[in-house]
Order: sequence, then C-alpha cells, then structure tokens
Amino acid sequence: MSNWNSFARLLKGEFEFVGLRNYLRLFEDPRFQTDLWNTFYFTLFFIAGCLILGIILAVLIDRNLKGSAIFRNIYLFPMALSFVVTGAVWRWIFAPGILPGSPQGMNLLLDLVGLDIFQWKWFTSTTNFLKFNVALIPVIIAAVWQLSGYTMAMYLAGLRGISQDLIEAAEVDGATGWQIFWKIKFPILRPITLSAMIILGHISLKIFDLVYAMTGSGPNNVTDVPAIYMFETTFRANKYATGSAIAMVMLIMVAVVIVPYLFSAFRKEKRI
Amino acid sequence: MIRKLVIYILLVVFALFFLMPVYVLLATSFKPLKEVGLVRMWFPPNEFSFDGFVKAFNKLAPNLRNSFILVIPATLLSAVIGSINGYVLSKLKFRGSDFLFALVLFGMFIPYQSVLFPLIRFLQDIGLYGSIWGLVLVHVVYGLPITTLIFRNYYSEVPTELIEAAGIDGAGIFKTYLKVLFPISLPGFVVVVIWQFTNIWNEFLFAVTVTSDPTKQPITVALVNLAGSQVVEWNVQMAGALLAALPTLIVYILLGKYFLRGLLAGSVKG
Repeated sequence: MSNWNSFARLLKGEFEFVGLRNYLRLFEDPRFQTDLWNTFYFTLFFIAGCLILGIILAVLIDRNLKGSAIFRNIYLFPMALSFVVTGAVWRWIFAPGILPGSPQGMNLLLDLVGLDIFQWKWFTSTTNFLKFNVALIPVIIAAVWQLSGYTMAMYLAGLRGISQDLIEAAEVDGATGWQIFWKIKFPILRPITLSAMIILGHISLKIFDLVYAMTGSGPNNVTDVPAIYMFETTFRANKYATGSAIAMVMLIMVAVVIVPYLFSAFRKEKRI
Repeated sequence: MIRKLVIYILLVVFALFFLMPVYVLLATSFKPLKEVGLVRMWFPPNEFSFDGFVKAFNKLAPNLRNSFILVIPATLLSAVIGSINGYVLSKLKFRGSDFLFALVLFGMFIPYQSVLFPLIRFLQDIGLYGSIWGLVLVHVVYGLPITTLIFRNYYSEVPTELIEAAGIDGAGIFKTYLKVLFPISLPGFVVVVIWQFTNIWNEFLFAVTVTSDPTKQPITVALVNLAGSQVVEWNVQMAGALLAALPTLIVYILLGKYFLRGLLAGSVKG
C-alpha cells in the first residue's frame, strides 16, 4: 500500500536534519490551520454538549422512578458501538440531498413536517462564523449522541455516592430541591466534571474514525481534523515528514491535557 | 404527580433522540432496494426484505470472521497479562513501581497516530505486518494500560495478609498469584474481557493501517470500504452497520453492568 523507501532510508540514518522546518511549514499550511480551528470548536461544543446532556440525564435517572434503569441503558448503549458504525448511520441521517427539490435525511424530515425553511446543507455547508465551520454541527451532534451516556454514567456514580442523610438533613432544614442540587450535589460533582472534561477532551483532540466514516474532510476541509490530515498525507500521499509532524503535534496536545491530570490523580491516591 | 409526569416526558424525549438512529438503521436495512429511494427514508418499510442483509453478509462475512479471530486471542491475552501486571503493581511494590504505573497509564491516552511509524516498521521487521496476528499483538500491547489499571484496583482491595501468608507457606511469587489471586479474579476478568472485546472489535485506525489486504481486514475497515464503493446502496450500508454492531450490542445488552464498570474504571480515579 505505501512506499516505505524514504522511510527505510530515514531509519538507516540517511537523512538530513532539518530542525523545525517541517513544523514551521505545517503551521503555515492553510489546511492545518483549518484543522486546528476545527479541533478547537469541535472540542468546545462537544465537551459542553456531553456535560450538559450528561448531567440532565443523570439528574433525571437519579429520581429513581419506575423504569429508569431501562432509560439509563438506552442512553448508554451508543458507547458500545464503533465510531465507524455511528458515522455510517449519522451520515445517512444528515446527508443533505439536493436542494431544492430532492432533499434527503434531516432535510426530508423538515420537508415532511413543513419546516423546509430550516433546510440547509448540513455537513457540506462551507459557511463559517469566526472560523467556526457550521458543517461541524452534525458531527458534533453525532459525537455527543455517542458519548453523553458516558458523562451521565460518571455523574450518576457521583450522585449515588452522596449520602442520603445529608440530603434528608437539608430537607429538614427546609431546603428546596433546587437548593439541594446547587448547594450539596453540585459541589460534589465538580471534580467529576473536571475528569469528564479531560477524558472527553483527549478523545476529541485525536478524533478520527467518526469524522472519517461520517464526512471525511468535506468541501474546503470544513470537517477536516488533524488525525484525518495525518492519515491522508501519510498513507495516501506518502508524505511521512508532514504526517509525523502532525502526529507529534497531536501527541503534545494530548499530553498537555493528560499529564497534569495523571499527576494529580496520583497525588490524591497517595494522600489517602 | 405532575412533577413525575414531567420527568417521564423528558425521559421519553431523550430516549427518542437516542433511539432515532436505531429506527433509521432498522427501517432502512429491512427495505428492498427499490424502496430505499430518498422519499420514504423516514417511513417503515412497506414490504420487509432481507436483501440488504443477504448482500451485506455476503460481502462482510470474511471480515466478521477476521474480527473474531482478532478479538478473541487479543482480549484473552491482554486480560491475562493485565492481571499479572495488576498483581505486581498492587502487591509487590518496588522502587519506582508507582512511576512505572503512571507511565503505563499514559499509554492509555497516547494518540495511536503518534506510534504508527515505529509500530508498522516493527511489525515489518518481525514479519507480522499485514496480518491479523500483527493486529493481535498491537491490541494486546495497547490494551495493557486499561487491563492493568482495572486489575490493580481490583487486587488492591484484596488484603495483603493473604499474599504474605502464602509467602510464609513457601509459595513463590508466581505460585501465590496462581493459588491465591487468580481463583478470586473472575469478576475482574469479566469486566476486563467485556471492555477489551468491545474496544478491539470497534477499533479502526490500527486495523486500516496494519492490514491492507481486504481479505484480512476486520469488520470496521470493511464497513467503511463498503460505503466507498460505487453507488451507495443504503439498505446494504445500514444492514452492514447493524452486522458490525451486533456482537458488541449483544454483549452490552446481556452484560451491561460489567461494561459500565469498565467504562468508569477508564476515568482513572478507580
């Protein structure tokens, strides 16, 4: 599949040291700049979506009404699926079709319920606001769909760990449900929120399968991310230097998020 | 009362959001090709047809088989080695063992992309590049951080006295593991096996870069390639997606409780 000659030469030491030239060139590359903006906005909205939906679902499930276990299992099942499967299904749902006249997917649904004024080109749109490519919205929805069950499970574990006595005592003192949530539960959930942000953040910095299966790079790279650029430039175009540089940038981004987290997790463990 | 009703309504609305893609998947995959046309996408099939499944299965069957050949040994090996690692790192602490564990954990988060070059080169050198067995090796190694973590947490709740007592009775390090820890490890193994099975089955990047021969590729790669071929037959696509998802879905439905435990273990706090 790939031509390894240049790579083999590299391993034999037959290469010219170019310092940071590959990195400088990479950061001047418009495609990579787009990728970084896409990663930034994707991460932002993906984390926000998962946290908000996750905590709402956890609070609803935590009421322990009859049948809530079934709902919990429904919210969590996408976690058992492959990103590739998720991508294939959501691609079919958000495929825009030809506008006007031959809408498909969501656009067709909007047509059926008479809301065709809201039709747009979804992940093929090239519109952007402040470098935010709106084509990312369908991808973010798919990613939140897949991973918000995870944040729900984390929050739920936190809520279940709160002692019932504490809540009863607050109720005796006349606290409303709203006050109990903000004054007692919310502070306990804060460290969980941080863990969730870090886990989700590192997933989104290296996201590949979902975007690759769902939209690919899209027109004008509107849904391109570093992992896709790395994959294509390395395995389709045999540009190993660029590919390695992208991979290293990804590693550094993930390490910046993860290393402090691991350190603090360890310090906490030692203290106990 | 009204409050309860509101909660139920919200629960159902969210459930609809999560189940909508499942509905689309099922509705599309059971339609005959002539009905797949754009207009009827959101409606259930007029006539049920297994054409999509037959076609998808014919195309994907070898890849499904490959996935099983890949997943079963990779899961078992990474579980067993992880269990031994967990034992060493929780019960036989040595200088620097915590630091070593931190390094192992970091392995869980390393983007696959950043190890691809050396990894592929290494597989070429040992003659496993392009084969399922190469992929098995990769997944065993990449699975160790999470399996080690889960077993380390699991064993740290076993009283150390038990280990010491076995030592006094003359059992060596390995015998202690086999006689004392291994027999009580079943719950740990269940969690780890389910987690590894799901992850390895669903993985795509290693699969697509390590195996290039279509007859040797696992199901995830074949599914993506299915989409790339000529006109997209959506019923075949969706049937294929369902086939690819089915094994992990069945495991989730039957053993979801253990899946959840693996999931929460991955958020490190233990």
